[in-house]
Amino acid sequence: MKADPQNVLVGAHYLDGNHACGEGGIAAGCKFFAGYPITPSTEIAERVSRRFPLIGGVFVQMEDELASMNAILGASWGGKKSMTCTSGPGFSLMMENFGLGLMLETPCVLVNVQRGGPSTGLPTLPGQADMMQARWGSHGDYEVIALAPDSPQESFELTIHAFNLSEKYRMPVLIMTDECVGHMTEKVVIPPPEEIELVERKYSDVPPGEAWPYMEFDGEVSPMLPVGEGHKFHITGLTHDIRGYPVINSEAQHLNTRHLIDKVKKHADDIIWLEEKDIDGADVVVMAYGISSRVMQPAIAKAKKEGIKVGQIKMVTVWPFPEKRVKELAEKVKAMIMVEMNWGQVYLEMERCIAGKCEAHLIGHGGGTVHNPEDIYNTIKEAVK
Amino acid sequence: MAVASTIIYDYLRGKKKFPHVWCPGCGIGITMGALLRAFADLEIDKNDVVMVSGIGCTGRMPVYCDFHTLHTTHGRAIAFATGAKIAKPNMKVIAVCGDGDGLAIGGNHFIHAARRNIDMTVVLVNNKIYGMTGGQYSPTTPHTKLGSTAPHGNVEHPFDVYELTKGAGATYFARGTVYHATLLQSLMKKALSKKGFSVVEVMSNCHTLYGRLNREGSAVKMIEWMKENAVNIKAASRKTPEELEGKVLIGEMLDIERPEYCEQYEALIDQLGGRPKDKPEAEESPEPEEIKK
Ligand code: SF4
Repeated sequence: MKADPQNVLVGAHYLDGNHACGEGGIAAGCKFFAGYPITPSTEIAERVSRRFPLIGGVFVQMEDELASMNAILGASWGGKKSMTCTSGPGFSLMMENFGLGLMLETPCVLVNVQRGGPSTGLPTLPGQADMMQARWGSHGDYEVIALAPDSPQESFELTIHAFNLSEKYRMPVLIMTDECVGHMTEKVVIPPPEEIELVERKYSDVPPGEAWPYMEFDGEVSPMLPVGEGHKFHITGLTHDIRGYPVINSEAQHLNTRHLIDKVKKHADDIIWLEEKDIDGADVVVMAYGISSRVMQPAIAKAKKEGIKVGQIKMVTVWPFPEKRVKELAEKVKAMIMVEMNWGQVYLEMERCIAGKCEAHLIGHGGGTVHNPEDIYNTIKEAVK
Repeated sequence: MAVASTIIYDYLRGKKKFPHVWCPGCGIGITMGALLRAFADLEIDKNDVVMVSGIGCTGRMPVYCDFHTLHTTHGRAIAFATGAKIAKPNMKVIAVCGDGDGLAIGGNHFIHAARRNIDMTVVLVNNKIYGMTGGQYSPTTPHTKLGSTAPHGNVEHPFDVYELTKGAGATYFARGTVYHATLLQSLMKKALSKKGFSVVEVMSNCHTLYGRLNREGSAVKMIEWMKENAVNIKAASRKTPEELEGKVLIGEMLDIERPEYCEQYEALIDQLGGRPKDKPEAEESPEPEEIKK
């Protein structure tokens, strides 16, 4: 399915990452946004609140982030593509019903424009320290999908991609951007609608009375049931069977949670998106995501100029973690380096997958500013010694 | 009685979901019965109803009802319902909450939905205690009464749910009891017919916990107390404050008109020339040149 022309602001624009993210949602056909103001994400809500009524969408400012997350789930079950945005403290509040969204298997998009934490932390300055919260922040066992844009252009494109993944896998998808990308203004080219490919929601064609909200529990995606067309389904945050009815025992728990995990794990190759460069013959591979993958470029260029064989992986998707790829590379290279604006979060996954097969280095700091490329260069040099 | 029972069978997921989880004699069953009869009286198609709940004994009600039923997280029914209503403005949306679910953890959502005056009906079952978790005191437990977390008597004072609802901006409020089941049914009918945020507070019995802890006796005894101590709002004006001391006022207490949220937003979309929300997607994309113009 192609994007609806009415929703696409075709042309070259000068936008910051947050506005671009809002435009991405609009181009993806999002028609419901519920949010609560929080720095540094608010521009997304402002953009959408201005644009939505012009194209028949509804923006509602909720009383808090708990309500925002719930409202987008309700709207999604009501048949609208929906999204919200927030930052650190609001992300914490959204975790409760992010879990509900995963449990109910509800497509929607949640954008976290990361700032420094914990608590109120650095409201106006960047961080990448909510990455493990994105992975494990809601209670219970599950898998998530998280994308990390590195520019306003990518903020636009990855928001569309996030909607597509959320429809394809019938789950909330996270965009883990940061204050730096959110407030950085660059050229954003919005392509014509016929060049924007959208994944349409799949609705069940099983007749009412025979259709359940989940037709199978084996890691495959079931089509959704429409509201108002005779299905009169039940869904619950309780552990449930494929009919959506609560079942409180360990067998049902096994089936339900395995399904949520396998839905992502079985399709990891389809979901994972890495941009690799100069990996063949590399002695050291630098990994990063979001803004850090841009900041590492001068350091890598400088090292290469000195003859160091350095490859790079920009993780467009951070979750699910590219386990297979890191395990492969760990057998081949001397060292792998993770660059992230925290004290070591996604690094822990990289280190786990390396499992001692090569050196693992972290270039991390507490956030508030992007890395100094010199620090990255020094670590690369150190690693190949 | 026999006639009434067969009517509600049509609204229940009879074979699939019973027996229910509630204690024998619990007022939530009477509440559900009155609600389903109200739907039947109004001849509302089950296919046009979205029923949302949070967590608690009342939160279990939707699974028995043959509507679109969404059992969400503790306190969040009204927030979830807000999204569902906006996405499907033609559906009849109701949220069922207990006193803890709706007024403590969900209190913020309750007052803000009332302020928006979004078209939905909230059935608030007030049994003055947290039932499902075992009898802890709630925002409607009277001062000095006992709860498992108020073993020396409740230090706090309860909400007046009518004043709260009215102050927050709702357009309809009525209070009933599980003794006055036919009145309850007619109040629910009125609430369901109201365009705007409507609330029916149902005084119910949790004899298993509140009744036992506070020595108020069996389900029958607690329901009899409601019979003896409820005063209809119409009769209340003829009584002195002394006569009304300790009584429960029931009946329709608020029925006003205010612009409804979804209608207001629709009007904004119309005014700005946005496409009506339910119009099907455009069949063909115009040429890019046309868009640029
Ligand atoms: S615990 Fe109380 S409220 Fe819950 S079902 Fe039993 S009597 Fe009803």
